[in-house]
Amino acid sequence: MTLAPETTRTTTALTLQLLLEDGWFTVCELSLLTPGRGVAALLPDGRQVALFTDRAGRTYAIDNRDPFSGAAVLSRGLTGTHRGRPFVASPLLKQRFDLESGRCLDDEGVRVATYEVRAA
Amino acid sequence: MTSHTTMTATTATTGTATAPNASAGNTHTIVLVGHGMVGQHFLESLAERGLTATHRVVVLCEEPRPAYDRVRLTSYFSGRTPDELSLTDAEFIKEHGIELHLGDPAESVDRAARTVTARSGLTVGYDTLVLATGSYPFVPPVPGKDAEGCFVYRTIEDLLAIEEYAKARATTGAVVGGGLLGLEAAGALKGLGLATHIVEFAPRLMPVQVDEGGGAALLRTIEDMGLSVHTGTGTQEIVTGDDGAVTGMKLSDGSELPTDLVVFSAGVRPRDQLARAMGLTVGERGGITVDEQCRTSDPAVFAIGECALAADGRVYGLVAPGYEMAATAAATIAADGASFTGADLSTKLKLLGVDVASFGDAHGATADCLDVVYADARSGIYKKLVIGRDGRLLGGILVGDADAYGTLRAFTGSVPPIAPEQLVLPASAGAPVALGPSALPDSAVICSCHNVTKGTIRGAVTEHSCTNVPEVKKCTKAGTGCGSCVKVLGQLVNEELAASGVEVDHGLCGCFGQTREELYEIVLALRITSYRTLLDRYGREDARGGDGCEVCKPAVGSVIASLAPTIGADGYVLAGEQAALQDTNDHFLANLQKNGSYSIVPRIPGGEITPEKLIVIGEVARDFGLYTKITGGQRIDLFGARVEQLPLIWARLVDAGFESGHAYGKSLRTVKSCVGQTWCRYGVQDSVRMAIDLELRYRGLRSPHKLKSAVSGCARECAEAQSKDFGIIATSNGWNLYVGGNGGATPRHADLLAQDLSDAELVRLIDRFLMFYIRTADRLERTSTWLERIPGGLDHVREVVVEDSLGICEELESLMTAHVAGYRDEWAETINDPEKLGRFVSFVNAPDTPDPVVGFVPERDQIKPDLPLLTIGQRPLEGSAQR
Repeated sequence: MTLAPETTRTTTALTLQLLLEDGWFTVCELSLLTPGRGVAALLPDGRQVALFTDRAGRTYAIDNRDPFSGAAVLSRGLTGTHRGRPFVASPLLKQRFDLESGRCLDDEGVRVATYEVRAA
Repeated sequence: MTSHTTMTATTATTGTATAPNASAGNTHTIVLVGHGMVGQHFLESLAERGLTATHRVVVLCEEPRPAYDRVRLTSYFSGRTPDELSLTDAEFIKEHGIELHLGDPAESVDRAARTVTARSGLTVGYDTLVLATGSYPFVPPVPGKDAEGCFVYRTIEDLLAIEEYAKARATTGAVVGGGLLGLEAAGALKGLGLATHIVEFAPRLMPVQVDEGGGAALLRTIEDMGLSVHTGTGTQEIVTGDDGAVTGMKLSDGSELPTDLVVFSAGVRPRDQLARAMGLTVGERGGITVDEQCRTSDPAVFAIGECALAADGRVYGLVAPGYEMAATAAATIAADGASFTGADLSTKLKLLGVDVASFGDAHGATADCLDVVYADARSGIYKKLVIGRDGRLLGGILVGDADAYGTLRAFTGSVPPIAPEQLVLPASAGAPVALGPSALPDSAVICSCHNVTKGTIRGAVTEHSCTNVPEVKKCTKAGTGCGSCVKVLGQLVNEELAASGVEVDHGLCGCFGQTREELYEIVLALRITSYRTLLDRYGREDARGGDGCEVCKPAVGSVIASLAPTIGADGYVLAGEQAALQDTNDHFLANLQKNGSYSIVPRIPGGEITPEKLIVIGEVARDFGLYTKITGGQRIDLFGARVEQLPLIWARLVDAGFESGHAYGKSLRTVKSCVGQTWCRYGVQDSVRMAIDLELRYRGLRSPHKLKSAVSGCARECAEAQSKDFGIIATSNGWNLYVGGNGGATPRHADLLAQDLSDAELVRLIDRFLMFYIRTADRLERTSTWLERIPGGLDHVREVVVEDSLGICEELESLMTAHVAGYRDEWAETINDPEKLGRFVSFVNAPDTPDPVVGFVPERDQIKPDLPLLTIGQRPLEGSAQR
């Protein structure tokens, strides 16, 4: 699930939050994200998550590990729209991953974990 | 195993003898002797007629590999591997159930029993026997001809043997024979780096194909390449040393030519020995006599290709007539009417890089014919047309520029629609627009190798829905023989597509219907500085308002960066929205490596560096624990930096006077240099100074792909400038500029664009060349592929950037001037911008924590990536934040 940021709040800066097993985890201020690019976040248990925002302000979170190389680099890929769906292309060998489902668009058998994310 | 009678074809013959005449039940057996180009074409003709399904087909091949492209043998030296020369795909052989025996030549034939026995002892019964044994090189009977170091030039094995010998013990090579094959062989020796001589008995080169004028043009061009040509000279003896190896040749003029290697290429003779032993009729001067159906004196035996003496009394040494004979034999076996009554000897070749073509009655043998000749000895161009009294074009010879070959050959036999002199005059001499293939009738043969007419090619587009040249080639086979018609083919296909209103999508990606070149023009003309604006206004309907894709974002980012000073965009690639367009390398101004770490390459212009700066690089590498390697571009690459270390490392480097080397960008990499005149006793110009000047001029220039350059201080070419996008070689009068070279997976020697330039002329020409490339190339298209792709190729580029045929040179120069004036060092700018520095962290929520997946282990006193860290998969890393 992705949520558009609420634009009515003006008092405090919006933060990005991830839904983990034990509740919402605050990552950073939403303003640190550039549309079209990602950032990586470190979870308390050592997992890495890649967070993205697009032109419309929608936010996405997937595992940061590129399953093809093993390197934690998906947050550094370029994002785009393919048939109306958002994706990120791995910066190493350019395989594309759907940002909502985590499915690899270039190799059906491969999928990365996705996270529920919100701006709050 | 029990033996029983079977009515179906069997393939169990390898190495075993089958009973004479018992060719697997009632199946008609065809045995093909010889698997060269013509043999393979015969097999394809059988398959096309469905004969492989109804007949058992056995092939005996002497060479250890299946049919390959003998015509392109020399291309081995420009990087084609023996595999790439292959004409046979294993699928074809398998799919058609063909029994192919390699390295097992036919040794005897029993015509009474109808059996063939191969060297291995394999005996096969046949109903039809087809001889395609080709020809063998003629070696003149001179003393010493069998000495060590003497070769012939016919097979891949010959070529490999020459290569091995040349590398081990030769610096000079001589070719006996200045005909077509001799020049091919000379090209091979030159490609091996040997000082090469050509010894030709006739008074000119290629005496069969060209006349005196053509021979003179050819001679001049070939001598200009540094080859020594001895025409009107015979070889009398091969001189050998004490060890029995070649040391030289005695020539008919009494002189001795020292050489370490001799290649005999004095013509070929039909291989008819097997036919003679079988008792078949052969010609007086060799060749298996065949009738118009390619049948020999034994109706069960056919002969095709170079071993056959055709019904018109000629032995054809070209591949196109061979193919026609192959098709004729296959048709005859299928009981279809076909005949081979003789062939056109038209040829177009590129020998040593020189176009040579001759067609029709090239030597003007027809009574009362007249010549129209255009000769430009300075450029090595010679064109002759032979015109009949009735105005019909009878034939011609083209040397140095054979672009018109396809059209002219197709007009042969008819009265061309424009005056003959206009067919040979260059455009600059007032000739009208070149006669396009649209003027040809449908019956004109475009591909003479496969006898494909213009009508058939048009049909491929209109009826078989082909939309590009590769599809048309596959559909019609046109252009798959010698390849000389591919250019005309391309024009025809485009014309036909345009005429039938087929829209060909040349769009950059799913987001843009325009090519990169078109987007460049839009960005420049409308001064568009934002990707989003471009996408929303000019993107495909369904892509507007979206997020683009990983293909067009960096491509548009590059166009905007190339034009930044002119269109008023920020020249800094990480400025504003532009940052989001860059590939990760450009985004972090470093090169991403396999484990997520980065490498750093500071600019070292021309490869010149002070000891102090060298020490700084060493200290930085030591202090940050980086792996250090010298690059091929005379720089130093520092590997293993974590993203958060990049600004710290660059702060030190910038402080010591270094700047970005743009190893991460699609932009100028390095300008290599040799030490040049300053130190080298051979140098004729200061190559280091020129390399530094050029590197500083073009640094930071964003382009469709990376740009590499080099400057050599003399013709010895130590800087390898001819393998660069733009390479400069010093001459005693100035500089020669070469363009379109490439190393890597598809090496290409650069082409000479202009000679003996002054410093200012050189820089001006490179300015224009680079800006024209940036303007017209496709995304990720190197100059080498661009030069090959753009219509008109090198000649067109020369017209545009040297002669200013489009009138855009002033604009190209001013774009470059703006780039040079607007250059800023990206790294100096970045380390002084706290907001940009904020991006250089592994984790947005833990800026001081390094990525735990990036780890290193020791190797040879340095580091290398700890790959097991990458294979831990999705398992959580316990306490990794502290690791």
